[in-house]
Amino acid sequence: MSSVLYDAPGPRARARSRVISVVGIVLLLAILTWLILAMGAPKASANGAVQPGLWDATRWDVFTDVQVWRSIGGGVLATLKMAGVAAVLALIIGVLFSFGRTAAHKAIRIPTAIILEFVRGMPVLLMILFILLVFSTGSYWAGVSALAIYNGAIIGEALRAGIQSLPRGQREAGLAIGLTPLSTRFRIEFPQAFRQMLPIIIAQLVVLLKDTSLAFIVGYSELLRVGVKNLPDFFGNRYLFSFFLVVLAIYLAMNLSLSWFARFIARRSGPKAGKLVAPAPEPMPDAPLSAGVGAGGSASGL
Amino acid sequence: MDAVFENLPLFLEGFKNTLGLLIFSGIGALVLGTIVAGLRISPIASFRAFATVYTEIVRNTPLTLVLFFCAFLLPYLQFSPPFFVLALIGLTVYTSPFVAEALRSGINGVPVGQAEAARSVGLTFGQSLSYVIMPQAVRMVIPPLINVLIALTKNTSVAGAFFVFELFGAGRRVVNDRGDAVIAILAAVAFFYLIITITLGQIAARVEKKVAVLR
Repeated sequence: MSSVLYDAPGPRARARSRVISVVGIVLLLAILTWLILAMGAPKASANGAVQPGLWDATRWDVFTDVQVWRSIGGGVLATLKMAGVAAVLALIIGVLFSFGRTAAHKAIRIPTAIILEFVRGMPVLLMILFILLVFSTGSYWAGVSALAIYNGAIIGEALRAGIQSLPRGQREAGLAIGLTPLSTRFRIEFPQAFRQMLPIIIAQLVVLLKDTSLAFIVGYSELLRVGVKNLPDFFGNRYLFSFFLVVLAIYLAMNLSLSWFARFIARRSGPKAGKLVAPAPEPMPDAPLSAGVGAGGSASGL
Repeated sequence: MDAVFENLPLFLEGFKNTLGLLIFSGIGALVLGTIVAGLRISPIASFRAFATVYTEIVRNTPLTLVLFFCAFLLPYLQFSPPFFVLALIGLTVYTSPFVAEALRSGINGVPVGQAEAARSVGLTFGQSLSYVIMPQAVRMVIPPLINVLIALTKNTSVAGAFFVFELFGAGRRVVNDRGDAVIAILAAVAFFYLIITITLGQIAARVEKKVAVLR
């Protein structure tokens, strides 16, 4: 890997870094093993009662119960239902925001800018609480609408940046062949901006999926609430850690696959796609926004 | 409105705690994030792999889950400082990969040609780093870092749901007392958040304009 910071290593440096690498791996594995063993060791609490270790079978036997998996599945579905509806609404709101923000009339542009600034500076949790209390919508719709508005604002800004980064000639060409300004925006500018900003939009949808867990706080029974509140309340606190690990694993699986998908899209249709890239196998420096595309990204293209 | 003014001390107390959370976990995340970014761009493969795995796992975990771990599982594992400290730990850990990514993309955003040019005019490694690469990297890094801090400000509200008395928690308590003035109270909480986020946003915009690298 070549980088700005250091030269490509020679044979001696490579050998040295291999040695350090192996030592590092061994060290990390040792720390990890120690951590796992320490967590697995039985503990005596202050009053003298001994708790079994965290990997003890008595802490994991609930997972043989089908009912547990059924409620976790219900939690996953509730999370996905909230995320899905909010994502669709957020996209629609984002498109509206981007149009309002790039409108020709000041009367539309300035209020939209103020609303955007307001929404983006606001914690989602506060918006959820506000919608819940003021409109008394119930926790599901409070979560959905707050997530849709907040993420819609961010997607809107991304789309606006995409529209503004297009060459001016695109719009002029559209107008020159006799399309109306609105039609130019819809048929010429918007599709390009959307395609260019797709990785950012999907990354924002990962944020949306993560943020559905905030609905836990206002009492919506999604994955987090089912997993770390309802089930441990029912089966007893000694299962808390086990449930936590399972919920964590499910969240990671969902989010990582969506992130991976975002990266896949970024490689195919990101700002660099379609351009001829340097033929040398040396990785290009990362584009500032497409984190992680790096070395793999430059291999794509034609 | 009177519900807001009557409870102003509560709001100010919450505001103080929000600022405290922001400042301490911001510093913590900057330190931890710098370490992770250093590992991420180090020449040694196992360090890079470790940092990548850490970044991926923490970035894809919901903040609520991280704070849940800090608020309920750490005490259960017999580590129980006050909730404020637990929230600090959670926010620091959650924010650190975002800091690391901002730093890394800033450093990698400096074109390789700059370093090559520096080396070829005879600057040493230290000189090219301190005279050529870092000045450019730092400029590119500051606006995204401020954006991370703005996100952190908003994220402190989640700590309010886990027994820390900050702005969101203050708002919730006042709303419980004064159900008749919900809109005014929540608007006041929003106002306090906007004081922080809009200020930071303005700083970011100004810095961006001032230090932009012309290419």
